Amino acid sequence: MLPISTQIVQQRIDSLKDQDLYIHLELTTGAYAAHFDSSKHPASTFITNTRIRYSLGSISGQGPYRVGLKMEHGWIYSEGLTHYEESDDRRLLLAGHDSQGKLVVSLQLSPEPF
Amino acid sequence: MEKRILVVLPHPDDEAFCLSGTLAKEISAGAHVTYACLTLGEMGRNMGVPPFANRVTLKDIRKLELEASCEAIGIQDLRMLGFHDKMIEFEDPQLLDEKLGALLEEVRPDQVFTFYPGYSVHPDHDACGAAVVRSIAKLPAGERPPVYCMAFSRNHEEEIGQPDVFVDVRDYMPQKLASIRAHRSQFQAPELVGSKELTAEELEARFGMERFWTYRF
Repeated sequence: MLPISTQIVQQRIDSLKDQDLYIHLELTTGAYAAHFDSSKHPASTFITNTRIRYSLGSISGQGPYRVGLKMEHGWIYSEGLTHYEESDDRRLLLAGHDSQGKLVVSLQLSPEPF
Repeated sequence: MEKRILVVLPHPDDEAFCLSGTLAKEISAGAHVTYACLTLGEMGRNMGVPPFANRVTLKDIRKLELEASCEAIGIQDLRMLGFHDKMIEFEDPQLLDEKLGALLEEVRPDQVFTFYPGYSVHPDHDACGAAVVRSIAKLPAGERPPVYCMAFSRNHEEEIGQPDVFVDVRDYMPQKLASIRAHRSQFQAPELVGSKELTAEELEARFGMERFWTYRF
């Protein structure tokens, strides 16, 4: 993955709009957060291979970045994104990594299931 | 007849720190080890700086690391059962029990290693241990192999006491360290290995003894 280029990511967001897509959306502090530091509140959530379709989407911010996708009946939102996968041009793989390289957030869209 | 050992753990790398030395020791004494790894750890968080993996490719990287770790230990039979990482506690218990039951029937192990249910921190660890204990409890009492459990939750010793099985693995440090190092994507984390190079004495002090609790049915 590479640090996000908003121009490239915006092009991918535009190229995937108005079609049925599979989404993987995730936010996690890691399963060991409270084991290593009892003051931490462990939280994690993901939804994977659920079908969505959006008609409008964009990336914003100065980094870490935010993405918002507008659907017929609601929104998809993700904050804290830092990296995108440059080698995968059919899918959009976005992630937010902390300073240790650990994934904190991920937003992935694909015409095929993950 | 050779001793048959069945290991059931949910993630690639669960074997490395607390069990690989014992397995290498048993294998060098002639044991045959079947390791059933329930998932590929595909929901792991370490992607590296700069990233060497993403959510999609991590699974393939960790599969290769698991195979390399097993080779380092000498494990003869690795089974990857294909369950979804983080979801073991939500998986259909009947499906888990069928898979484990079939494995027990096939391997007929003399010993089983897994996590101690309830005292192993990660929900997958606890659910894996619970499934193993449940499956073995279904066997007639006289046919149950001993189940040796790993535990490391906070305060676990207050509830389940001291471990009752200690294995000196100092002679198997090369295999153990090779197993740990095979999981390169996971064990660059400073909280696990620290930032400095350890001396041989420090390594032995830290990794030379493996500890297990025999599960009481």
